[in-house]
Amino acid sequence: MASLTETRADTTGIVADEPPGVRRRAPYRTLAPARRSIAIVVLLLVWELLPRLSFVDATFLPPFSDVAVAWYDLLRSGELAEHTQASLVRSLAGFGLAIVVAIPLGLVIGWYRPVAELLNPVLELFRNTAALALLPVFVLILGLGETSKISIILYACTWPILLNTINGVKTVDPLLIKSARSMGLGALRLFQKVILPASVPAIFTGIRLAGAYSILVLVAAEMVGAKAGLGYLINHSQFNFAVPDMYAGIVTISVLGLLFNQLLLRLEGRFSTWRL
Amino acid sequence: MIRIEGVGKVFDVRGESFTALQDIDLEIRTGEFLAVVGPSGCGKSTLLDLLGGLSEPTSGRILLDGVPVTGPGLDRGVVFQQYALFPWRTAVANVEFGLEGKNLSKRERRERARHHLSLVGLSGFEDRYPHELSGGMRQRVAIARSLAFDPDVLLMDEPYAALDAQTRESLQDELLRIWERTGKTVVFITHGIEEAIYLGERVAVMTSRPGRIKHVVPVSLGRRTEGEVRAAPEFGRYRRELASLLRDEVERARIQELREVASVG
Ligand SMILES: Nc1ncnc2c1ncn2[C@@H]1O[C@H](COP(=O)(O)OP(=O)(O)OP(=O)(O)O)[C@@H](O)[C@H]1O
Ligand SMILES: [Mg+2]
Repeated sequence: MASLTETRADTTGIVADEPPGVRRRAPYRTLAPARRSIAIVVLLLVWELLPRLSFVDATFLPPFSDVAVAWYDLLRSGELAEHTQASLVRSLAGFGLAIVVAIPLGLVIGWYRPVAELLNPVLELFRNTAALALLPVFVLILGLGETSKISIILYACTWPILLNTINGVKTVDPLLIKSARSMGLGALRLFQKVILPASVPAIFTGIRLAGAYSILVLVAAEMVGAKAGLGYLINHSQFNFAVPDMYAGIVTISVLGLLFNQLLLRLEGRFSTWRL
Repeated sequence: MIRIEGVGKVFDVRGESFTALQDIDLEIRTGEFLAVVGPSGCGKSTLLDLLGGLSEPTSGRILLDGVPVTGPGLDRGVVFQQYALFPWRTAVANVEFGLEGKNLSKRERRERARHHLSLVGLSGFEDRYPHELSGGMRQRVAIARSLAFDPDVLLMDEPYAALDAQTRESLQDELLRIWERTGKTVVFITHGIEEAIYLGERVAVMTSRPGRIKHVVPVSLGRRTEGEVRAAPEFGRYRRELASLLRDEVERARIQELREVASVG
């Protein structure tokens, strides 16, 4: 079962960030935001200077200030809001559906050990099939509309939540189960009072990974046959050689992903204050 | 009254049967404090699991007030060696856990839990999570949890093994006070001979595996909650007696283990 455990640290390179509740020493904590912004500022400065000093062709990598201006224009014209909204709706729909589907499913599969053993090979197979490789299949079956886009996001988000939930349920400390049983708990209340709360951190790890996937897959899905969305904006701008607009779209999507992850981290921390 | 009648426990370890307990016969009076000592791996925890109804004997039976034990229940409280607190619950919520199976209002539950935490000297720590408590505090929460639902029998598995001497002594005294006040039956497993003599009215010595009761030593030390007891000459006598009983078993257990390792390797 070691292969399942990996889901926490992820296999696609999205490594789970520092665990919530890790308490840093005070001076480090107060310095951290400043230090982080220094890195960002340097990055933006490099971005600004490289094209300006003609180290790279400004046609392909316009200076950051040009991108900022393009971004601002997109914002003012309302285009950015429209694309962002279209993207968010898809992302959140797929992500939300995945939560609704995968958590109960994972709990059931994890609880009934034989079912978990039975399904494990299939789950492993699907988990290791890149969602994007299946995009053409989704488009073939579900067409180019919203359904296929939301479905592919749902699909991609399901695996981390499902596998982490299963793993969470399976790895509940047997001693805690024994302890609860010694106090006369039957199967149902054992599940409700021990298995479920004990699995919360693992489930949240899955949710957070799924949040990242929802953005990653979104962009790719929107590059195929979409009329709106940030992925569409990026693709369309590139096609029309509106390079600053393309970068504006890219920056927006990264910031969006970052904010989403931050939000989920916050939430995770709140639900697992006890873990440490 | 607990009657253990010809109890044996055989585990199935990858197809081979493995006898952990054999022919255990023992009677524990209601309200008695019984200490159990024995070499590591002789089946003490296994015996406690059987008493707790957490597993079933392969032979013989266990009667609790004349009724065979068929499963766990709130008439018995188990204190596990590794605390086994629920990390997502605060101290007071952990103590409430066992009470949730009883017909009590939320307020009554909380009150009772608080009361039992104060009983083990943890007033003011009600809202701490287990990871915010020291090892000794966690153990006390576990003890409070078992006391709170008011079981007739307390089954304790080396509860103080991981504690420093100071904490251990104060918890031993607390336990004796509680026991004297409530009249519960206590089965207390320990590795410590002195602990067994200090706490137990009788000390059962188990043989090395397969575990049997080798000898039961009655202990009478007068008023036992007093600190001087340890210095009394009888204390030393009991200690020597138990030590010699145990020494052979520990030696046998060690040889047995060596032989098993050799035959596996
Ligand atoms: N579930 C199990 N399956 C197979 N063997 C077991 C199982 N539980 C215990 N045993 C074996 O039974 C023997 C007795 O174990 P037990 O835990 O009761 O010992 P113990 O006396 O409590 O030891 P210690 O003092 O080290 O805690 C050991 O040899 C152990 O390997
Ligand atoms: Mg043991």
